Amino acid sequence: MSALIFLLLAALVLAAALTVVVHPSPVYSACALVVTLFLLSVFFVALDAQLVAVLQVIVYAGAIVVLFLFVIMLLNLTQTEPRPTAGAPLVAVAVGGGVAVVALVATVLRRVAPPGTPVLPAGFGDTAALGRRLFTAYLLPFELTSVLLLVAIVGAVGLAKRRP
Amino acid sequence: MTPDVAIAAAKVLFALFLALQVMGLGVFFERKVSALIQDRIGANRAAIFGFAGLGLVNTLVADPIKFLLKEDITPAEADRLLHFLAPCASLVPALATFAVVPFGDVLEVGGRVINLQGAELSVGLLFVLAMASLGVYGVVLGGWASNNRWSLLGGIRGSAQMISYEIAMGLALIGVVLTYNTLDLQEIARAQGRLVWGWLPAWGILYQPLAFIIFLVAGVAESKRIPFDLPESESELVSGYFTEYSGAKHLMFMMSDFVEVVLVAALVTTLFFGGWQVPYLGRDGFHFPGGATLGLPSLAVVVLQVTAFALKVIAFTWLQIVIRWTLPRFRYDQLMRLGWQGLLPLSLANVMISALVVLLVERGA
Repeated sequence: MSALIFLLLAALVLAAALTVVVHPSPVYSACALVVTLFLLSVFFVALDAQLVAVLQVIVYAGAIVVLFLFVIMLLNLTQTEPRPTAGAPLVAVAVGGGVAVVALVATVLRRVAPPGTPVLPAGFGDTAALGRRLFTAYLLPFELTSVLLLVAIVGAVGLAKRRP
Repeated sequence: MTPDVAIAAAKVLFALFLALQVMGLGVFFERKVSALIQDRIGANRAAIFGFAGLGLVNTLVADPIKFLLKEDITPAEADRLLHFLAPCASLVPALATFAVVPFGDVLEVGGRVINLQGAELSVGLLFVLAMASLGVYGVVLGGWASNNRWSLLGGIRGSAQMISYEIAMGLALIGVVLTYNTLDLQEIARAQGRLVWGWLPAWGILYQPLAFIIFLVAGVAESKRIPFDLPESESELVSGYFTEYSGAKHLMFMMSDFVEVVLVAALVTTLFFGGWQVPYLGRDGFHFPGGATLGLPSLAVVVLQVTAFALKVIAFTWLQIVIRWTLPRFRYDQLMRLGWQGLLPLSLANVMISALVVLLVERGA
């Protein structure tokens, strides 16, 4: 991907992600989240990971955020939320977020491959390669994730069925 | 513009053109088939120099002009930006899906071999699901941004319905993927060119009959048409999520409904009815069972394939419109029960059976 397109996309993603956080209306925040996730999947396509890109759209943009919107509309959260403009919570969030970003960037920079590293192996990122890794090298985490989801489902049903 | 870019653009434009043409025909069917079923004459008022063309002039010329010239009203209390964006968010994903639907095998021109598919995506089938899941936003945002109780109810119903039926739809497709071992729609269409017992074309419906029924039902539900038109249900919600839309924006919502109908028809054709396959037609001509052959040039083969694809898609569009005018609307709880307690277990069973059969066949071979 050429540097120009990358910078343009990066600026768009940042703008959308900022909108999620700072926009006063919950519906607009959710819509901006969809845009953010969709643009992230464009990055995945550019990185030769077509499967991850499409899954990102199906799972996050297409299912999870729709449920966010569903809840926002069902509760009819039309009035905007008051937000803290100063004080201890804001400082705490700013410091915590800053430290997290610095740590993340530092970690990523340490793991960037030196120039001259061979290009990706053939079949990188395609469905067969990813599936094979998932069901061999990462089988245990994969199965544990499904148990995690099952726990969430059982919990949701249990909460919904409880009589006061 | 390099030749490669020009060819890619031409392919995408042709896929779009095909989709929109069949959509226009779908609108015509809607007006005339409904009239036939209800023992009426149907649209026949508009005419150009006395030529009404069985109502074609009415549905394909007069109606669009009427829509475009009507006043475009945005309610005073509506959210202007989202009210404007919702019709686009509804139409664009539906049209974008046609990019991965193959409409022919390969065209050989001047030493080039052109794959007749808009975008050659290795995860084409998942792309279809991704775009289908994005289509929900038009409905939800249209319902919310209109600031109208009926619209909001329609939008909420639409989001719940589309998410519920997407699950059954996706699981039905897993059976197809297990059968063909690929996510590329062009590869799936090519695999259906084989013959069983030397004479029966190996179309998907032979291997996945249950998946076909689940996919068709879920597809009709995804396109929010009767008997699944709860999001708009005229008799209770005025017009549901697009009550507050008029003029060109209303036209866009209607178009996306019909484009989705054509899309379901195109996917059913590609996955279960051989796509562009004409029985016994190979790249160099016909090879009939029994040994008779008929050689054809590449261009003639492609024309036959594209025509066959278009005819199949038109047939399934027609079928969906007949379904629409034959069945009454479900009640909301019936809709949810059918989705979660009917189609979902069936599609899970289909996945298990397909996986078992594939495993046994591979062991046996």
